[in-house]
Amino acid sequence: MDNSQSKNKFISAFNNVEERMNGESKSPFHQLRKAAIKKFDELDFPTVKNEDWKYTNIAPILKHDFITSADVKTNKKAIEQFLIPGLKASLIVFVNGSYSKELSHITKQAAGIRIENLDALLKNEPELVMQYFGRFAGIDNGFTALNTAFAKEGTVIIVPDNTEVDGHIHILNLSGASGKNLISQPRNIIVAGKNSRVKIIESYHSLSEEENFTNTVNEVSVGDNSYVEIYRLQRENMKSFHVNRTQARLGKNSIFTHYSVTLGGSIVRNDTNILLDDEHSTGNLYGLYLTEGSQHVDNHTLIDHAKPNCQSNEMYKGVLNDSSRGVFNGKVFVREDAQKTNAYQSNKAILLSDTAVIDTKPQLEIYADDVKCSHGAAIGQLDDEAVFYLRSRGIGEEMAKTVLIRAFANDIFETIENEVLHDHLNHLVHEKLK
Amino acid sequence: MLTVKNLFARVEEKEILKGINLQVNAGEVHAIMGPNGSGKSTLANVLAGKDGYEITGGEVLLDGKDILEMSPEERAREGVFLAFQYPVEIPGVSNATFLKTALNEIRKHHGLEELDAMHFLKYMKEKMKLVGIDQKLINRSVNQGFSGGEKKRNEIFQLQMLQPKLAVLDETDSGLDIDALKIVSNGVNLFRNKENAVIVVTHYQRLLNYIVPDFVHVLVNGRIVKSGGKELALELEEKGYDWVTEPVEASV
Ligand SMILES: Nc1ncnc2c1ncn2[C@@H]1O[C@H](COP(=O)(O)OP(=O)(O)O)[C@@H](O)[C@H]1O
Ligand SMILES: [Mg+2]
Repeated sequence: MDNSQSKNKFISAFNNVEERMNGESKSPFHQLRKAAIKKFDELDFPTVKNEDWKYTNIAPILKHDFITSADVKTNKKAIEQFLIPGLKASLIVFVNGSYSKELSHITKQAAGIRIENLDALLKNEPELVMQYFGRFAGIDNGFTALNTAFAKEGTVIIVPDNTEVDGHIHILNLSGASGKNLISQPRNIIVAGKNSRVKIIESYHSLSEEENFTNTVNEVSVGDNSYVEIYRLQRENMKSFHVNRTQARLGKNSIFTHYSVTLGGSIVRNDTNILLDDEHSTGNLYGLYLTEGSQHVDNHTLIDHAKPNCQSNEMYKGVLNDSSRGVFNGKVFVREDAQKTNAYQSNKAILLSDTAVIDTKPQLEIYADDVKCSHGAAIGQLDDEAVFYLRSRGIGEEMAKTVLIRAFANDIFETIENEVLHDHLNHLVHEKLK
Repeated sequence: MLTVKNLFARVEEKEILKGINLQVNAGEVHAIMGPNGSGKSTLANVLAGKDGYEITGGEVLLDGKDILEMSPEERAREGVFLAFQYPVEIPGVSNATFLKTALNEIRKHHGLEELDAMHFLKYMKEKMKLVGIDQKLINRSVNQGFSGGEKKRNEIFQLQMLQPKLAVLDETDSGLDIDALKIVSNGVNLFRNKENAVIVVTHYQRLLNYIVPDFVHVLVNGRIVKSGGKELALELEEKGYDWVTEPVEASV
């Protein structure tokens, strides 16, 4: 099947959904969807001829006929394994893209904080959704177009000025049903008002062994003097597909910190894009991917320094085993206006086998003259000297290697202040590297 | 304790050790001296089991056991310790965790119970005092950002912690000022006893003022060309290596 066939399938699926709508098809929100499906028709799915998708062939994803819902039985007990033990968090659960009220649990929050399912909000307060939806994630590729065309479920988080969300917000995405291939397209909107704080975990897990496909778009607005932290934790089964786009806009004096942790999935493509849109804002992008078998993980990041006196820190690390493949593409733009920019990028990977491959491309485009930018890449094997050093003290070869790989990987979590979360992520890394 | 018999080793087709013979008994300190490039580090690394060396002849016995067949970790557990000429930096692995793992692996090998956190800490504190090493260094990653002197001191600290049978010190004096040299030497001297042995590899005599050897061997071009008592070191200091080199080379 070529791309155009699967494109047409999605378009006719859209038409089917539309036909079954009543008044909703007239709504302003649905007009956005209609525009998006038109855009999707034009854009199509990317192919490897597209420079941004050069190393990631999505044809294996499109081979499957995905369905949007299935009857799955799960319960609080069954999902415990996906939670972060000991973490104080509001829990929002989606099963195959549909919000589950029974499984979700939102802790009491300060007045004005909204933590809601997009679908409900579309019914009750469509104007509120319209205010924020599509503001940051422009429809510039087929996957974002598709997500927008089918936008229905997802999490909307709105934090008013001078307010802090209590605990973390954990958006738990569960996919799959035995014998079926499911698609879900979460659309999350996070709006942090001025001088506010919110910390979010979006995690992805499988409920079956089959191929499922998740196509997420996150739009994030970080208000002036605010702090937003997002953890993207990808732990699906080794056959699943995940395309994830996170688009954040940073206001004055704000901080946005993003951790991307990819452990599962067959083909994973992440686009993490931030716009430093006002002075003295800071963007931190940290990423870790551990791959084995034939996993393919592609991380694209874009850090757009639009205004002066901003700072960005980016550090991505990978550990690749077997014949897995990694891609890292880190774009940093420093606009003409963005004097006194401080941009730091580092990208490191360890290849544990001769057949693992990584393609990396840092891309710095600097149009301002008074800036400090640095980037470093280091791709290599485990340091033999270090392995020998440990062994020469009585530590066995396997253990020595594991110790070194863990140390390399855990470095990404050094900056995490929350001890529970820090330890949990370290633990997941240890489990995966066993 | 250690018997090296007619040992030959090469690196990348190049013969470096050309028939080394050495007998080290418990309670002894041997110094191996020689000019740069003579093969001192090669000998030390071969004893510790580092990869990249091809043993083309001879044998090495530790208390009668052939160690050339053993992996580096097995040798370490059997009691071989190499203080590195260039200690390796290991980011992300704390000194304390590293040593606790190492010590317990060695203890397990000898059928001893693993030390729990509390007992380990107590033991470590004693050793820290002995070597004059700071808690701050212990908490940091192994050797990371350590000065040259701190790295060498850390090697001796590890020596004290692991209490091997045979310590091989490769240029432990290089890069040390006189105060650091005294501290490091003191750590080694406190380690010495009737049951263990030390091989001090150096190309300066200086260290041997503090760690006084029972025997001195001169290694030149992959062979031990002369052996003697501690006064040989002084003679070498005075006359250089040429006088020992030439006659032997001529007689080959
Ligand atoms: N890995 C290596 N590859 C090639 N040559 C080496 C290697 N290691 C050591 N050598 C060579 O072996 C010889 C002895 O080196 P080394 O044992 O380090 O001497 P020393 O410690 O006495 O200064 C030198 O000529 C050195 O260049
Ligand atoms: Mg040397």
